[in-house]
Amino acid sequence: MDHSLDSYGDATASATRVTPGNALRPEDIAIQPERPSQAVARYAVRLGDDSLILSHRLSEWVSRAPELEEDVALGNIALDLLGHARSFLSYAGLAWGKTEDDLAYFREEEEFRSLHLVEQPNGHFGVTIARQLMVSIYQDLLYAGLTGSTDNTLAAISAKASKEVAYHRDHAVQWTLRLGLGTEESARRMRHALEILWPYVNELFLDEPLHDELGDAGVRPSALKAAWEREIAAVLEEAGLEVPQTRAALCKGRQGEHSEHLGYILAEMQVLARKHPGATW
Amino acid sequence: MAAQNDAGGHLSAVPSPEEQAGLERFNALIAEDSRIEPRDWMPEAYRKTLTRQISQHAHSEIIGMQPEANWITRAPSLKRKAILIAKVQDEAGHGLYLYSAAETLGTPREVLNEQLLSGKAKYSSIFNYPALSWADMGAIGWLVDGAAIANQVPLCRASYGPYGRAMVRICKEESFHQRQGFEILLELAHGTEAQKRMAQDAINRFYEPALMMFGPPDGDSPNSQQSMEWKIKRFSNDELRQRFVGMIAEQVKVLGLTLPDPELRFDEEAGRWVHKDLDWDEFKAVIAGNGPCNAQRLERRREAHENGAWVREAAAAYAAKKAQKAQVA
Repeated sequence: MDHSLDSYGDATASATRVTPGNALRPEDIAIQPERPSQAVARYAVRLGDDSLILSHRLSEWVSRAPELEEDVALGNIALDLLGHARSFLSYAGLAWGKTEDDLAYFREEEEFRSLHLVEQPNGHFGVTIARQLMVSIYQDLLYAGLTGSTDNTLAAISAKASKEVAYHRDHAVQWTLRLGLGTEESARRMRHALEILWPYVNELFLDEPLHDELGDAGVRPSALKAAWEREIAAVLEEAGLEVPQTRAALCKGRQGEHSEHLGYILAEMQVLARKHPGATW
Repeated sequence: MAAQNDAGGHLSAVPSPEEQAGLERFNALIAEDSRIEPRDWMPEAYRKTLTRQISQHAHSEIIGMQPEANWITRAPSLKRKAILIAKVQDEAGHGLYLYSAAETLGTPREVLNEQLLSGKAKYSSIFNYPALSWADMGAIGWLVDGAAIANQVPLCRASYGPYGRAMVRICKEESFHQRQGFEILLELAHGTEAQKRMAQDAINRFYEPALMMFGPPDGDSPNSQQSMEWKIKRFSNDELRQRFVGMIAEQVKVLGLTLPDPELRFDEEAGRWVHKDLDWDEFKAVIAGNGPCNAQRLERRREAHENGAWVREAAAAYAAKKAQKAQVA
């Protein structure tokens, strides 16, 4: 019996397998000749950081989910988001001679550009689902818009991400319905989850001077607001829930002023890489 | 008496004609190396043995997620992080289809889960050791998944159909896991001095527990004989163990690292690998619940189960309401 490491090379089912023919991998972006403009690179960092931090949060669920099926689903979403983050950060890094890992592991907290919403703790399952609902509807609209970006790489990354985010959205919607219409307790928890997260929604739609520089390479956040509000209101109504009336919190994540949570996330994420600077893994 | 009890699950001395016919057919299928399928008649003891073995395997996949999940948030590169998340996801998937295979024998998943949470059911002892460094992700992949593959490849031919088929898929995925573990160690072995030390330390800690994954020595493995007769098991524990140790003895040279076993050698005369004596007292103590992480692993499962209760209730209530609505409409 052949037990060598290469004796089962015909497997197709493993999630650990790098699928062949999948053209747009972060590894390919890292060596492509097209460089982003400074503005596009800064924009890609924003997109990458949101996905990276949310992926980190979701990966905290692995081995802790309410059902095994959710361990798989949340892990899968975390993996998709990590893939998007790797692509955006690899692309951004080309402008400055940096790799995805340079940007993820060796930037300081104030150099991150993530939104406060993605930094929020997982809380109970309902909090995570509420956050997923908000972010996935947002990213669904955002990537649909960015698929038409004048920057070819942003457009290509977004086209791929768009397909995956549609699944994240569906997952969040289905759970919002189950929790909203399931039991009294689940509805109560879901209402609370929406209320504590709602203050961070406003930041999703804040325009920056950067968006003027980007022109048609980017999507103006404020342009997504009406559609987002319409979509989330429809889902919440179907789930027997209401749009919260809590006020917007003052958030400056895009300027490097973060929630108190980000420092802990980065401390954990970066600890090993920083202990061995210059090492490869 | 024992034969009747095995056959019919009760102590009646005379098997019914149906039982007699079922047993004859079962024996014939086993003798011709065919597969037993869920609707076939089977001896109660065969059903019980398989339910125990398959569910233990499923539990091992689920508990085995924990030591690796421990390093997802700290993985030292984004690529390694992605591979590790995918690997842990594969394990949840393995758990799911092994529970399904066990369910075909008549025990529902909730009951199996209850047996795990109450501590009644066992899982692979190796997961009661902690994952202390990043190199442990390499050692677990290379040694633990490697030992699992050596154990499981023969199970692809197990006489019970759903189990054998599940093992085919699992073995394919495990081989990728083993390869990624080896790659982690290879990278560390070619890295800085600190990385090399990390890799060697992980191998030192996981070598013995990995060898013990094949189970007690043949002389001390009471269930093995019956399992071999039923063609669930194809090779003895010691046979598989020596094959595995021979494989890793070669592979460790590629890493430029060593196995912590000065007695390891190939015995030309006997045609088999010889390794040092393993600490079976420790093995028994860890199985009995005294490993470094037994309490922690089970508590994590219980916590996840309890914290998720309201979610599962909501999902069930929602499904019931939807079904009712569909009926009315």
